[in-house]
Amino acid sequence: MSALPRHVIGFLTSLRVTVVLLAISIVLIFAATIDQVQLGILAVQEKYFRSFFVFWNVPGSEIPVPIYPGGYLIGGLLLINLVAAHLYRFQFSWKRSGLVLTHAGLVLLLIGELLTGLWQRDSQMQLQEGETKRYTEDFYLNELALIDTTDAQADTVVAIPEELLASGRTIQHPKLPFQVRVISHLPNAMLRMREQSPSAPPSPATMGVGTRVAVLPLRATPRPSERNTPAAFVELVGAEGTLGTWLISTEIGAPQEFTYNNHSWRLILRAKRYYNPYGITLLKVTHDVYPGSDIPKNFASRIRLKSDDGRDDREVVVYMNNPLRYGGLTYYQYQMNKATGLSVFQVVRNPSWLLPYVSSIMMGTGLVVQFGIHLIDFVRRRYARPLPVSTP
Amino acid sequence: MKRFLPLLALAVAALGVIASLLPSGNGSAFDLQTYGRLPVLVNGRLKPIDTVARTSLLVLQGRQRVTTPDRRSLSPTEWLLEVLYAPTRADTYATFRIDNPEALDLFSLSPADGNGGVRFSYTQLVKDLSELDRQAKLAEEVEDQLRTPFQREVLRLRHHIVLYQHLENTMQVPDSPDFSAELRQFQKALPAGIAALRARGKGEVHDEAAFKAMMEMARRYDFMDQSGYLLAIAPVDGDSNLNNWKTPGRALLESFDSGVINPTVLDYAALGQAWRSGEPDSFNQIVRRLEQEFVQRYGPQLEKCIIEQRFNSAQPFYTAMVLYVIALLLAVFSWLRWPQVLGRSAFWLLALAFLLTTGGILARMWIEGRPPVTNLYSSALFVGWTAVALCLVLEQTYKNAVGSVAAGLVGFCTLLIAHHLSLGGDTMEMMRAVLDSNFWLATHVVTISIGYGATFLAGFLAVIYIFRGVLTRSLDRGTAEALNRMVYGIVCFATLFSLVGTVLGGIWADQSWGRFWGWDPKENGALIIVIWNALILHARWSGMVRQRGLMALAVFGNVVTAWSWFGVNMLGVGLHSYGFMDAAFYWLVGFVISQLVIICVALLPPEKWRSRVA
Repeated sequence: MSALPRHVIGFLTSLRVTVVLLAISIVLIFAATIDQVQLGILAVQEKYFRSFFVFWNVPGSEIPVPIYPGGYLIGGLLLINLVAAHLYRFQFSWKRSGLVLTHAGLVLLLIGELLTGLWQRDSQMQLQEGETKRYTEDFYLNELALIDTTDAQADTVVAIPEELLASGRTIQHPKLPFQVRVISHLPNAMLRMREQSPSAPPSPATMGVGTRVAVLPLRATPRPSERNTPAAFVELVGAEGTLGTWLISTEIGAPQEFTYNNHSWRLILRAKRYYNPYGITLLKVTHDVYPGSDIPKNFASRIRLKSDDGRDDREVVVYMNNPLRYGGLTYYQYQMNKATGLSVFQVVRNPSWLLPYVSSIMMGTGLVVQFGIHLIDFVRRRYARPLPVSTP
Repeated sequence: MKRFLPLLALAVAALGVIASLLPSGNGSAFDLQTYGRLPVLVNGRLKPIDTVARTSLLVLQGRQRVTTPDRRSLSPTEWLLEVLYAPTRADTYATFRIDNPEALDLFSLSPADGNGGVRFSYTQLVKDLSELDRQAKLAEEVEDQLRTPFQREVLRLRHHIVLYQHLENTMQVPDSPDFSAELRQFQKALPAGIAALRARGKGEVHDEAAFKAMMEMARRYDFMDQSGYLLAIAPVDGDSNLNNWKTPGRALLESFDSGVINPTVLDYAALGQAWRSGEPDSFNQIVRRLEQEFVQRYGPQLEKCIIEQRFNSAQPFYTAMVLYVIALLLAVFSWLRWPQVLGRSAFWLLALAFLLTTGGILARMWIEGRPPVTNLYSSALFVGWTAVALCLVLEQTYKNAVGSVAAGLVGFCTLLIAHHLSLGGDTMEMMRAVLDSNFWLATHVVTISIGYGATFLAGFLAVIYIFRGVLTRSLDRGTAEALNRMVYGIVCFATLFSLVGTVLGGIWADQSWGRFWGWDPKENGALIIVIWNALILHARWSGMVRQRGLMALAVFGNVVTAWSWFGVNMLGVGLHSYGFMDAAFYWLVGFVISQLVIICVALLPPEKWRSRVA
């Protein structure tokens, strides 16, 4: 083998490289932990872990400079290093079986995290006691729903993701008899009655509540627990010309209504919905505290689960540390208001949720085997030839 | 003789330990033992009055000892009796700790006015409580992490005052000169009073004076109920629901419906009167009657209260702390003289201290009905316990006193940390909803604590290697090689447990929050420990480090573990606030710096080492 490939292979499979990468990863994790105080956990994940480089803005400018390898890069290099080392030096022996198993588990864990990052979708479901819902709502994303309610039997819904509105393009859809033109879009905004802010510029809205409301832009919130309240002005344009301009915002709770060509329409900007082939009804919420204190002991929601195909129709209790897994989704007890009978579930879709379980079993077993072999070896040698007792 | 001496040392120490475990003589004509174990319900748990007294004192003043102005010293139970039943006397005892001089200014006090410069009495504070309240309201407006030391002290102090007032108002109305007599009178007036109340309710003719007297009583007992702290009154016979325990004030309010006064309330009031006027005979009689009632209805709980009281007064962790120090000194001296005798003596003392901490931890587990680690306090106990257990194995294997020195060090330090953590209040607290899972507490939390303990141990063994090697000539090749193996073995052990513990934590998170891994500070801290241990192992396997390097890396493991254990909890504190740093934060910084210095020492070139091994 010539010199260059040998160097490359030597480098790729080097244990020293492993050590350096591990050290680099510790610094990354430490910095990310510290930065959470300022940035919040979600922004930190994006900046440090779900990235190839950590960027730093030159003060006073918007120019990002890569200053440190990010999670994907370090993780990827570690993975290459690990796999290369094992492939290159692979010789099966029982003495090394634990190490191989541990590292295989590690590879699986890293892959699992990657897949989780790619596939996991978080949403939530808010229910009042007695209420039934057939959909969950996204934590962050919104959609503009245009609903044709003319038919008393069934609504026709066209949902336009907020990202599309943000892009500013004119949107056309076969089920819509008009185009949707975005006049302006604000990622986060506050609404005020016009009388309360007389200095606000005139509203572009010509229809609906928007004519009476002033829109004040806000900075997008960095906190994962808070939701942005976007707003937009959209103009609907039919074949004969404009229908008018509406203000839409998640701050406006009720849909706005209008008629066009003898069809009744509603429009609303709302949390993006994911529909399920089953309904969930909240029957009862319970919130236990320890006697003589207000320390919470448990939060539990009793729900009824009824699937469209009629195969499932049963009651389930969801409580702390005991989620409901059903139809590829997992429902966790998230928030609760006992007084108003409100319960909120966090709903997670993560097809790769089992991988960490498998990999942790592999890693645990691997380490036990490996260190067990070490220990037996050590004990055997010690009994064969006791160490000299040290003398000071 | 050589064989005999270590066992003699063990026997002497064991006698001392046994003496500390036996119930101590009362020294008082009052049966304080029995009184101290009567159960009350506070913060979700039935506990002996003795525990309430001790934890209240720890919260208020950071220690359990109370000295009266006339230099008598009171046991915690005696102090609580004074607060509950003789508040005018209790108000003069210096039991409020105030460290911040600016906070003292609020009361026009200077350190010289206080007991030991930091402890002040309620009487000294009472006239300026409205100003304290105003300052506390101002401080509340400020976000937690941005508060100044003064604001924190003000809020803490107000919390303490409120706790103290709640204690004073819980068993009687403090302004009542003889509460027992007041209740007897109330009992007499009750039938006429109830008749007046009912008549007035129906709009009929009624005795206005009796009605007014009843309203006044209702106001007084409602006040007691509102500000009462101890749920000391059990529900009626046949009702075993702990939720129905009530304050004496509530029980008195119920007399308006039932027409009779709850006998336990009467008993406690008479007991208080007996205490205040110094009548031990009647006090003891009532205490025994109360105990009899509880024995019949709450046998198993009372048994726990008895054990808990015994556990409180025995203070096994304090005794163990002393034993660890003695063992540490013996073991260090064994490197200089009489290795056999001193080394074995140290080992036996350690074994005894270990047994004592094991007993203490088991007692806590039994009382709580929980796995060993439930909060930061118990994690300190358990981390130390793990490390000492490993040390005993090492010492039994190598017999070179290294394990004993490490055990003494780690055992003492962790118990000291635990002591400081116990100042926050009752260390057997209820587990909040998500944490209320014995399965995960027993698996994830225990494994991760073992990982902490092992990583610390590897670090402390490395410190021993470095100090002995640099400062003395006593580190010969045999010992160095033995230490090398010990550190390597312990790092392997630590890797296993931190990894498994971290992954189990991920699984718990997946079960309760819907994600395996969320890069939360505590998770990151645990992950850094795993990676650091893995780094040590890979560095050794690749030949990047030999003995000296291994030791330096292992010492840094101490930093990593301390960060994960305590540092991440302070994130909100250390970084957000300007000017303020918790005392614990300084200790952490100091510890980290000391470890970095030791690493620098380890990196001294071999010719600077006094032992020729590096």
